[in-house]
Amino acid sequence: MIELFLKYEFMRNALIAAVLAGVTCGIIGTYVVIKRIVFLSGGIPHATFGGIGLGYLLGINPILTAIPFSVLSAFTIGAIHKKAKVNEDTAIGIVWAVGMALGVIFIGLSHTPASDLIGYLFGDIQTVQGSTLFMMLILDIIILISVFLFHREFLIVAFDEEFSTVVGVPSKSMYFLLLGLIALGVVVLIKAVGIILVIALLTIPATISRKFTSDIKKLMFISTFAGVTLTIIGLWLSYLFDLASGATIVLVLGIAFVIFSFLSR
Amino acid sequence: MGREIVSLKDLYVYFNNTVSLGDINLSIKQNTILGIIGPNGGGKTTLLRVILGLIKPDKGEIRVFGKTPEEGRKFIGYLPQYTIFDHSFPLNVFEVVLMGRYRGIFKDYSKEDKAAVINALKTVSMLEFKDRQIGRLSGGQLQRVFIARAIVREPKLLLLDEPTASIDPEMQSAFYDMLLKLKEKMAVVLITHDVGAVSVYVDEIACLNRRLFYHGPKEEGLEKIEEMYRCPIDLISHGVPHRVLRGH
Repeated sequence: MIELFLKYEFMRNALIAAVLAGVTCGIIGTYVVIKRIVFLSGGIPHATFGGIGLGYLLGINPILTAIPFSVLSAFTIGAIHKKAKVNEDTAIGIVWAVGMALGVIFIGLSHTPASDLIGYLFGDIQTVQGSTLFMMLILDIIILISVFLFHREFLIVAFDEEFSTVVGVPSKSMYFLLLGLIALGVVVLIKAVGIILVIALLTIPATISRKFTSDIKKLMFISTFAGVTLTIIGLWLSYLFDLASGATIVLVLGIAFVIFSFLSR
Repeated sequence: MGREIVSLKDLYVYFNNTVSLGDINLSIKQNTILGIIGPNGGGKTTLLRVILGLIKPDKGEIRVFGKTPEEGRKFIGYLPQYTIFDHSFPLNVFEVVLMGRYRGIFKDYSKEDKAAVINALKTVSMLEFKDRQIGRLSGGQLQRVFIARAIVREPKLLLLDEPTASIDPEMQSAFYDMLLKLKEKMAVVLITHDVGAVSVYVDEIACLNRRLFYHGPKEEGLEKIEEMYRCPIDLISHGVPHRVLRGH
């Protein structure tokens, strides 16, 4: 297994991508699971499809256009929810569909062959380029620094939003910041498992880890470890049996979830 | 009676074009326990939320420690009626109470904060549970933890929304004794249906049903309420008197 990763550059890149994705799983996934915003973490990547389409239309790296699009989608969901007093899940549904629709239009206009899109929809960790890795690294660093600085606020807001306001947490700003970080995390994960499967990486490692600890720091570490390990196993199996990498990673996550559910009963 | 710390003048709150609170004039004084009684839907919780600045009044004036509610609320400890949270949330009792000591962005919790948490947990007799995950407590234990979270700030005003609702009967007198001790350092506002406790522990009462029907010393108040509504006072919070109160 180790030789395989050392031998080919694309496998080395994939390995680095798996580690970077794992960090996002651990940190962002933990917030997604404890704040119960799983639907949100499914909606943002789908809406981000608009950004991927825009990248093709403009002829630049779609991951680059995915970043502002993802963040904007997250903020729009937050704004619809907070300002228009619409339920969060309704807001997510709206943005989810509109973002995807934009993506379809942009891609139609850019005459992109459908085969190019499969990688973004279902992930293609084995084709990650150095420039994309660099962007993933930057996004991970932004996530880590933000969480280091604002973990107290995020925790109070996630636990009890009203109380957070009462004790003086700028809860609205923190809610939007958290949404923004989830959006960045989504972009990190798109290359690994694709838009449709991001939700698996954001939920499964953190859910497995919860069975081992009820300490949030440990939860983040264990989730990161679980995310990295399971992604690498998936990557390795997909190479071995020549299967789609994103889907194999998700299946490995799913199987791990089932195993740990039975073990901890 | 102590000096005034919160004042509400001619205050109105509308919700969906109906009056939730109307013509409210109220003052809360230091070192006083104020009991708020009234029927469900009478605006008791809304009143607390106005004092906390969570709801903006449509008309009227409110000062909390001489400031706006947003500025003044840092001196307030608050126990909501319900706290909805995920019972598998990765926090233990100590960490939940520690949140009550939040002081601002980039300000880590200090040794004093942690000592205050231990003290607050002692006050509510929950110290032995400090490492317990928050979802693994009974309703009454949880309520005591949230009371600790409210008092750990060492507030000057404590707002309690039906604090005794899920506390066991045998814990209740201990709870009220605790309030009497806290009163030496702060003002306490207590929403309750427990009129028995009101008559023993509370200094002033306010009878609220969208409007303030009475506010003043409890002795007169209790008599007046009975007189005003011609029904036994312990019925105020239940079925029939809703209609009785609305008639005025």
